[in-house]
Amino acid sequence: MVSLNFISNVSKTFVTCGLIGLTISDRYISIVSVRGCSMSPTFNPQCSTSLETFTADRVLVEKFCLQNYKFSLGDVVVFCSPNDHKKKFVKRITALPGDWVSSPYSDDVVKIPDGHCWVEGDNSASSLDSKSIGPVPLGLIKGRATHIIWPPKRIGKLEQGIPQDRLGLGSS
Amino acid sequence: MNMFAKMRPMVKEALNQTIIFGKFLCLLHITDKYICSPVIVHGPSMLPTMNLSGDVILAEHITTRFGKLSVGDVVLVSSPENPRKTVTKRILGLEGDKVAFLVDPSFDSRHYRSVVVPKGHVWIQGDNIYASKDSRHFGPVPYGLIHGKVFCRLWPPNGFGSLDQ
Repeated sequence: MVSLNFISNVSKTFVTCGLIGLTISDRYISIVSVRGCSMSPTFNPQCSTSLETFTADRVLVEKFCLQNYKFSLGDVVVFCSPNDHKKKFVKRITALPGDWVSSPYSDDVVKIPDGHCWVEGDNSASSLDSKSIGPVPLGLIKGRATHIIWPPKRIGKLEQGIPQDRLGLGSS
Repeated sequence: MNMFAKMRPMVKEALNQTIIFGKFLCLLHITDKYICSPVIVHGPSMLPTMNLSGDVILAEHITTRFGKLSVGDVVLVSSPENPRKTVTKRILGLEGDKVAFLVDPSFDSRHYRSVVVPKGHVWIQGDNIYASKDSRHFGPVPYGLIHGKVFCRLWPPNGFGSLDQ
């Protein structure tokens, strides 16, 4: 009878911890591992394809920004892919609603529609981003990456600025 | 010392109550996010399925999560134009379907246009095509914007029951 009691206690604790953990990761803060080299200088600098799960960076993602969907230029965000809702991408916002960006298909500039944003990877050579999928609705954004917490030697806050070589769009 | 000894059970009791309350809130959040949640809808876009003045409906999130939505389902979608707003529309086409729609129903009832819904998107439209801002204006919406599927109406009482598909 003692063991039965013990099992029920343990399972109760597990369920409670699960509930609380899930709530915290949904509403406040969660940890996401970043794979692939699309954000290469910022995450996964050496960008190796082997042993991905061990070398992948872990980042802290905060969800407070989802309460009013206010983002600023240069924020690194996690969002669902518009083409496949099961995939999540990590990219940097490079333009907000009302901004103009140069279209990849022509020489035109396109205006970002209301409620959308333009996301690009830091490593423009190998990144599936708004240049191929177009503006992303803000509603698909699931959180904002704030800190790198793994690997230990690169623990620290993420800088929110846009890399210098990306600025100056439309000034020409 | 004596006072601390007296306070101690009270503090313990208060702590216990707080923990129970916190657990309750967590459970509420999980139910609301993953199982089902009540929503108030108003506006003219879903007439006659839903009234103008505000219905309380129950939306479930399980079908959406497993990707089992089908044509004809009434869904809650966060608006692509304003992520703070949630709209209620009906799915008229899934990915790969060909959808034909009236471009401007109030003036011209013959001018149709047809589009193929791209991968990972759905075509949503209000039941009241004359007063609805939907995929005819902003195009197909990504599946990830769908929150839940409406399956039951709670209020008003005479309309209680499941919604027709």
